Amino acid sequence: MSNRRLTSILKFSLLSLMLAFTNSAFADPVKAAFIYIGPTGDHGWTYAHDQGVNHLKDQLGDDVVITRIESVAENSDSERVITSLARKNDIIFTTSFGYMEPTIKVAARYPDVKFEHATGYKRPTDNISTYSARFYEGRHVIGKIAGRMTNTNIIGYIASFPIPEVIRGINSAFLAARSVNPDIQIKIVWVYTWYDPGKEADAARALIAQGADIIMQHTDSTAPMTVAEEEDGVRAFGQASDMSAWGPSAHLTSIINNWGPYYADRVKAVRDGTWTETDTFDGVEEGMVAFAPMENMPDEVMWEAQDTILDLDAGAVHPFTGPINRQDGSVWLAEGETPPMFPDIITMDFYVEGIDSKYPN
Amino acid sequence: MNEGLIIAIIIGISIAAVPLIFAAIGELLVERSGVLNLGVEGMMIVGALAGFVVEFHTGSSFLAVLAALLAGMAIASIFAFLTQILLTNHVATGLALTLFGLGIAAFVGRSYTEENIELISALHIPVLSDLPVIGPLLFSYNPLVYLAFVMVFLVWWFLFKTKQGLILRAIGDNHDAAHAIGHNVVRYRVLAILFGGAMAGIGGAFLSLVQVPIWGEDMTAGRGWIALALVVFSSWQPFKVILGALIFGGITILQLHAQGFDVRISAQYLSMLPYIATIVILVSLRMRDKNKTNRTMPNCLGRIFHSTS
Repeated sequence: MSNRRLTSILKFSLLSLMLAFTNSAFADPVKAAFIYIGPTGDHGWTYAHDQGVNHLKDQLGDDVVITRIESVAENSDSERVITSLARKNDIIFTTSFGYMEPTIKVAARYPDVKFEHATGYKRPTDNISTYSARFYEGRHVIGKIAGRMTNTNIIGYIASFPIPEVIRGINSAFLAARSVNPDIQIKIVWVYTWYDPGKEADAARALIAQGADIIMQHTDSTAPMTVAEEEDGVRAFGQASDMSAWGPSAHLTSIINNWGPYYADRVKAVRDGTWTETDTFDGVEEGMVAFAPMENMPDEVMWEAQDTILDLDAGAVHPFTGPINRQDGSVWLAEGETPPMFPDIITMDFYVEGIDSKYPN
Repeated sequence: MNEGLIIAIIIGISIAAVPLIFAAIGELLVERSGVLNLGVEGMMIVGALAGFVVEFHTGSSFLAVLAALLAGMAIASIFAFLTQILLTNHVATGLALTLFGLGIAAFVGRSYTEENIELISALHIPVLSDLPVIGPLLFSYNPLVYLAFVMVFLVWWFLFKTKQGLILRAIGDNHDAAHAIGHNVVRYRVLAILFGGAMAGIGGAFLSLVQVPIWGEDMTAGRGWIALALVVFSSWQPFKVILGALIFGGITILQLHAQGFDVRISAQYLSMLPYIATIVILVSLRMRDKNKTNRTMPNCLGRIFHSTS
């Protein structure tokens, strides 16, 4: 064996040894942290994120170490929590819109940590990604069911805060309901909270007393469903997770927020060193928006809903397809037109024509 | 507006007001004895959980309410021990009690977020409940609704018509003098704190048994703090607690209905109304009888009693 050959073998061994060390450094588990706006037991928004995190753990096993902090208020408290997490984690998911500014501030101070902000749109530094789902596609499906199922032609809508996400849901549900039932009306009650079972129940009772026989909620507790269950002839849709257990005879279906695959992908990307800043806005097609089993409705209504889901899945329909006017009568979308993602959908701040309520501004 | 809607609104108001009445009337007695217990929220949430759990396992509403009452007393007894025996600061201990209550209820209640129960059924008195209009308006509430009003009356009667009530008020106004003439300050205060815990516990149970038949973490959502504010608003007068709770609960419900009817006022302003109206009325009542208010506020409120002499 020549000397040269020996040197090259030695070099190669040394290189492999170095690589082995580097590999073992990479094989350290990824430290991922999640902060939640509410309690994981809400069976709504936070519960759905927590289910997603459980999926992540199932997928990555020992490759990930997870920290979860729940019920973090969207104020200076959240900045403190995010900062303390940033000291010890590789990637941090801030799972509420209101964490936007704190996330940006902390991300600027910790450039080596990756940040993932749910439902936001600001990515000033390249270590912040944003992600959300086209929940208005889910509202499109339940809107059609509502339009068919109502006897009073009044949908009661329990809304949380007037942010684009919630406005999109109202507009989408209303347009879909009206497309199958031209007499449909929507009554909207803003409760200015994401989670207050008592207040959500009060709002549901008020809407039912005013003639609504279909309750939709954009709040997180199961309270509206339990109220629908106690009233005869009132049906309701669950929010964020399957709420059928609270309304055996009232539950029509629930829009399910399916975050699990996204969380697994993103943490894998950190593990493999391939994470980059992105903006994700997935829908029915990608599986981020899913549905609980449909029940308490005639077969034709269910088939129509299933067809709508298939169309969304194939990208064949868009919930906002013109002609659509704004509430003030001005033209938003011409015949056959669909809106651009930005700014129309991302920053939606108006009701469509036909909604009687005053826009909260 | 039709008859059915008006009845629905009034029933809605009673549901929103009753938890506040329970919690506030308990705290009122506590404060009258000179103790400031900021742990109302914590005691309420523990009551809400205890009521739900017992209702879930036994199906007995009576046992559920009893459990809530005892759970509220149990957690209040911690406060009593710390502030009356170990002489800790009332404000700090009360805040700690709220945090402790919220935390332990969330922890113990973890597995119950999946469950649901039957609502406690409303009262049905033959003949009376069936009367048109008057039946649903006066004779068809949940039994706890009537109990809330009875408790307010009893607290008023106790404070102003019994000797023990007089002693309790004297202790609240000047514990050293009351002690000097031979009254047991600590015993009165401990009993008052336990009563406050019991009432807050029932108020919490009303949320999880009557308002919504579910258990959820943090489901009291600040009602304990509203109750504390109502005690001040009432100028420590029992019947004004009812007034305050009805104003707050009433406007909360009315503004939800107003939104449904699309009153042309922005929803933001409507949802601020309960707070604004309660504060405005509080301030105007205070301005009206300033001196009287000063006289009704217990002088020793929140002060630590050292029985050295």
